[in-house]
Amino acid sequence: MKFLQPTTLDEALAAKAEHPHALPIAGGTDVMVELNFDKHRPAALLDLNRVDELAQWAPEDGHIRLGAGVSYTRVIDELADRLPGLAMAARTVGSPQIRNRGTVGGNLGAASPAGDSHPALLAADAVVEVASVRGTRQIRVTDFFTGVKRNALDRDELITAILIAPSTGPQQFCKIGTRNAMVIAVSAFGLALHPERRRVGTGIGSAAPTPRRAHGAEDFLSAALDDEGLWDSRAELPETLATEFGGRVRDAASPIDDVRGSAAYRLHSLAVMARRALAWAWHDYRTSTSDGRA
Amino acid sequence: MSTPTRTPTGAPRELAGPTTGGVGANAQRPDAALKVTGEFAYGSDLWTDDMLWGVTLRSPRPYARIRSIEIGEALAVPGVHAVLTAEDVPGRNVCGLELSDQPVLAEGVVRYQGEPVALVAADHPEIARQAAKKIRVDYDVWEPVTDPMAALGHPTWNQVHDQPAEVSGLSRESAPIHPDGNLVRHLKIRKGEPAPTADVVVTGEYTVGMQDQAFLGPESGLAMPAEDGGVDLYVSTQWLHVDQKQVCAALGLPLEKVRLTLAGVGGAFGGREDLSMHVHACLLALRTGRPVKMVYDREESFFGHVHRHPAMMRYEHGATREGKLVHVRCEIYFDGGAYASSTPAVVGNGGTMGIGPYVVPNVHVDAYGVYTNNPPCGAMRGFGSVQAAFGYEAQMDKLAAALGMDPVELRCRNAMELGSESPTGQIVDSPAPVAELLRRLEAMPLPPEHGAGTAPDLRDLPGGVGNTTHGEGVVRGVGYAVGYKNVGFSEGYDDYSTARVRLEVIGGAPAVTVHTAAAEVGQGLVTIEQQICRTELGVDEVVVHPKDTGVGSGGSTSASRQTYMTGGAVKAACEQVREQLFGLAQQRLGRTVADLRLEGGKVVSDRQGVLGALADILGDEVIEETVEWRHRPTEPIDPEAGQGFAHVQYAFAAHRAVVDVDVELGLVKVVELACTQDVGKAINPEAVIGQIQGGTGQGLGLAVMEEILVKGGEIRNPSFTDYLIPTILDMPPMRIEVLEYPDPHAPYGLRGVGEPPTISSGPAVVAAIRQATGRALTRVPVRPEYITGT
Ligand SMILES: Cc1cc2nc3c(=O)[nH]c(=O)nc-3n(C[C@H](O)[C@H](O)[C@H](O)COP(=O)(O)OP(=O)(O)OC[C@H]3O[C@@H](n4cnc5c(N)ncnc54)[C@H](O)[C@@H]3O)c2cc1C
Repeated sequence: MKFLQPTTLDEALAAKAEHPHALPIAGGTDVMVELNFDKHRPAALLDLNRVDELAQWAPEDGHIRLGAGVSYTRVIDELADRLPGLAMAARTVGSPQIRNRGTVGGNLGAASPAGDSHPALLAADAVVEVASVRGTRQIRVTDFFTGVKRNALDRDELITAILIAPSTGPQQFCKIGTRNAMVIAVSAFGLALHPERRRVGTGIGSAAPTPRRAHGAEDFLSAALDDEGLWDSRAELPETLATEFGGRVRDAASPIDDVRGSAAYRLHSLAVMARRALAWAWHDYRTSTSDGRA
Repeated sequence: MSTPTRTPTGAPRELAGPTTGGVGANAQRPDAALKVTGEFAYGSDLWTDDMLWGVTLRSPRPYARIRSIEIGEALAVPGVHAVLTAEDVPGRNVCGLELSDQPVLAEGVVRYQGEPVALVAADHPEIARQAAKKIRVDYDVWEPVTDPMAALGHPTWNQVHDQPAEVSGLSRESAPIHPDGNLVRHLKIRKGEPAPTADVVVTGEYTVGMQDQAFLGPESGLAMPAEDGGVDLYVSTQWLHVDQKQVCAALGLPLEKVRLTLAGVGGAFGGREDLSMHVHACLLALRTGRPVKMVYDREESFFGHVHRHPAMMRYEHGATREGKLVHVRCEIYFDGGAYASSTPAVVGNGGTMGIGPYVVPNVHVDAYGVYTNNPPCGAMRGFGSVQAAFGYEAQMDKLAAALGMDPVELRCRNAMELGSESPTGQIVDSPAPVAELLRRLEAMPLPPEHGAGTAPDLRDLPGGVGNTTHGEGVVRGVGYAVGYKNVGFSEGYDDYSTARVRLEVIGGAPAVTVHTAAAEVGQGLVTIEQQICRTELGVDEVVVHPKDTGVGSGGSTSASRQTYMTGGAVKAACEQVREQLFGLAQQRLGRTVADLRLEGGKVVSDRQGVLGALADILGDEVIEETVEWRHRPTEPIDPEAGQGFAHVQYAFAAHRAVVDVDVELGLVKVVELACTQDVGKAINPEAVIGQIQGGTGQGLGLAVMEEILVKGGEIRNPSFTDYLIPTILDMPPMRIEVLEYPDPHAPYGLRGVGEPPTISSGPAVVAAIRQATGRALTRVPVRPEYITGT
């Protein structure tokens, strides 16, 4: 097996162009498991750990530009105020060791329907920046997942960064697992309120072939909040509204039965999580200052 | 964790005099520092320069006829030194713990998914793995027999359990999987009236899923061919001598040519009682003339050892209006999978102790052990008792509800005690503080409720860091359970252990070497052996000889028996050494002294004071004694009524579980587990606490998450990604009270410790979840779906 170790992004992109079959490795928390279980025998590994450009984050044009190689631990420690939904999701990933190594870029690379960052990125309307020697593309995260463990990357492309707008309203992330830590999601839900746009963002995990948004629920709730003037009044949220929202989130999912849980439970739990998450987010919104910050 | 308390209850006076680290002390493990610093050598660390690596080709099918096996292509791979199949087994191609029914390598038929079919030895494990893939096995696939009742031709129950979607896979087949049919054992107990009547009767059906031992150190060993044509095997195991016997039979070699030494064991819990790679590595080593190492990875480990028997149970309990048990009827089916392993003993325990530690005049039990094409099941901590306790304790709560009585009160009214008669007609002849264990739990303060208004830490809530509730839907429940287990081997088995103790002067100071073949699997037997030698011989320096077959059998490290049995053997050997030493001392003194004892490296008389230093008395003499030690004999139970003195000792533990359940999402947080256990005498109090905590955790795991999911005979989750064991966020703090009521028949009055806490913790957790949810919850592990009804 070839081991490629570029030290700059240009070198990395050149290496990927030259060896399109090379498997990128960031934290390695997915890659090494696959290798150890003999699920994957790549001809070459492309180690991205020395590429400094990928390991940085910075505010840029009103977004946070999160390098693909930034670890979950750093997201939690450094970005919880600006990207609360993603930080909450990061907090639920694996164990401290996995959070120290694992990256959001790797999560997107693996594109598992159970990837925990995905619902948060979907709810926040994030954009995935990918690059190759041919140039750079920006892909909306909604369009990024193309099938079970498949994503929109071309063979010569790498994920370079994730662009996420800092939160303008409360965000939540919930994840069901059958133990209280270190567990792959049975189902997960991400929620972001975007008061400035009067929109609600959602993300569903582990309950469809890919992570997906609950468009119907988003439209329903955004409209209802508008119609009843709730964005401005910040009045209490009618319980029926939250329940209806939960139901519509559930309806957007198409889960399967597997060893981790039944399809019926996944649907049920999504409805409950969505209702609760909305209640918490709305409570935060009501008690926050007018710029939306809690 | 809160500080555990010990309740002295008239145990014998501390035996540890000025010698430190004796019986009753918290002596440190001899391997503690090595383990904590990561330097301890486990079986998987074994290494010789010229060794080859062995791998196993396993059947992907649960049930099939092997039409042919083509090994040519595999043999041709450069770096491959041998490819072996059943034809290459020189001795009898059969092994098994209690019944010899399992081929070393499949011969004509495979009976479970994962059954070993062929072996490869190569220069590198990777080469061996690749070569194994080139072995062509042509299978004629048969429909697997997967339902234990159907396998016996019994009508299957109309169970209303919430079966997990993945688990059913029923087959109506009852074709015999083995020549003598699918019944491994049927145990009957018929005590009292055949048709009793009671004021209040409750019935229930319960199911226990398949648990894995989940030891962290996978199966591993190294076989070294020897010049005498024999083999030396270094292996992680639980019982060297029973392995030796089976390896010899398969290799066609006499005992003296197959020598076993215990390699570092990373946990066992019953899963290493059967052979894994033992014969395989020896076959490859003898064929190639090279040392051969085999190590399973986690996935292979799930196929490479037996699991806890799944059980289906049906109970009927009858009581008077005052809450006195009148009768218990119970039927239990243990699914033994493809080979017998410990199934007969599991049926023995599950049958004889299947109604719990209660006094019941009329008992009717049918316990069955069955062959199916599911993964083979065998020994796991508390076997037989663990499964039954989920049934009988659920029934006790159900009965209490029907009577409108407090569940602890009901249990205490029927609790077994010293002098009670067991369902097998055995008189309990040592303390059985069942009621006291429960009353002590009841008296413990309950953990505080979450403070109103303040947001609790997510880690303290059901769902944990998953952030699924901030208190919504959370209901607290409290549940109690008690259980019991036989210590040592039962039903007339000739159960013994052997100890060799040597006393000599090394570097001017007296030193003891203790040599037994009893496996140290992490439980701390090595410490116990040292402690007993220190106390009995008054010598601080005690060396534990490596465990090997150079000394007689220590029996199995199972059935909570080693402190009792090997401890008893070491004690007896020490006593003989001491007698010899006293003889020598009196010879040296030239007179008889009646009241000699050993203390702090000196021979002392109460009346005459110090008579001399051990080192001086011994001089160049070496005193060595080997003792084969037995517990008092037990009896087989009779086949029709199940009566007899079956068990040498019972051990009891009880738990109170406090849980918070998110009733809307079906998620559980165990808030506290309190345990009371009678250990007779805590030889090493800290080790006792460790056993109680660990056993409790394993019981909790079975109650709420641990299950090997099998469908159509195939394991669906052979990895720690989906076979979940509790983390620190799942295991709550414990309150522990250790009682010490000595058993007059046992060395130092001690009682086996390892298994009882695994028996009652799970049922207590499930009882607490039932209280919180109002659901019947008849199947464990309890999945969120069972609570939410989705
Ligand atoms: C014990 C354990 C627990 C886990 N728990 C969780 C959990 O709770 N939630 C969860 O979501 N995941 C979990 N995971 C999975 C894993 O940790 C995450 O998916 C993590 O985000 C992967 O990041 P990584 O940097 O380690 O990726 P790697 O393993 O390095 O790579 C993952 C994939 O992404 C590709 N890749 C990586 N970087 C790039 C790039 N810049 N451009 C293109 N492709 C790239 C790789 O080629 C590979 O296909 C767990 C894993 C383990 C071992």
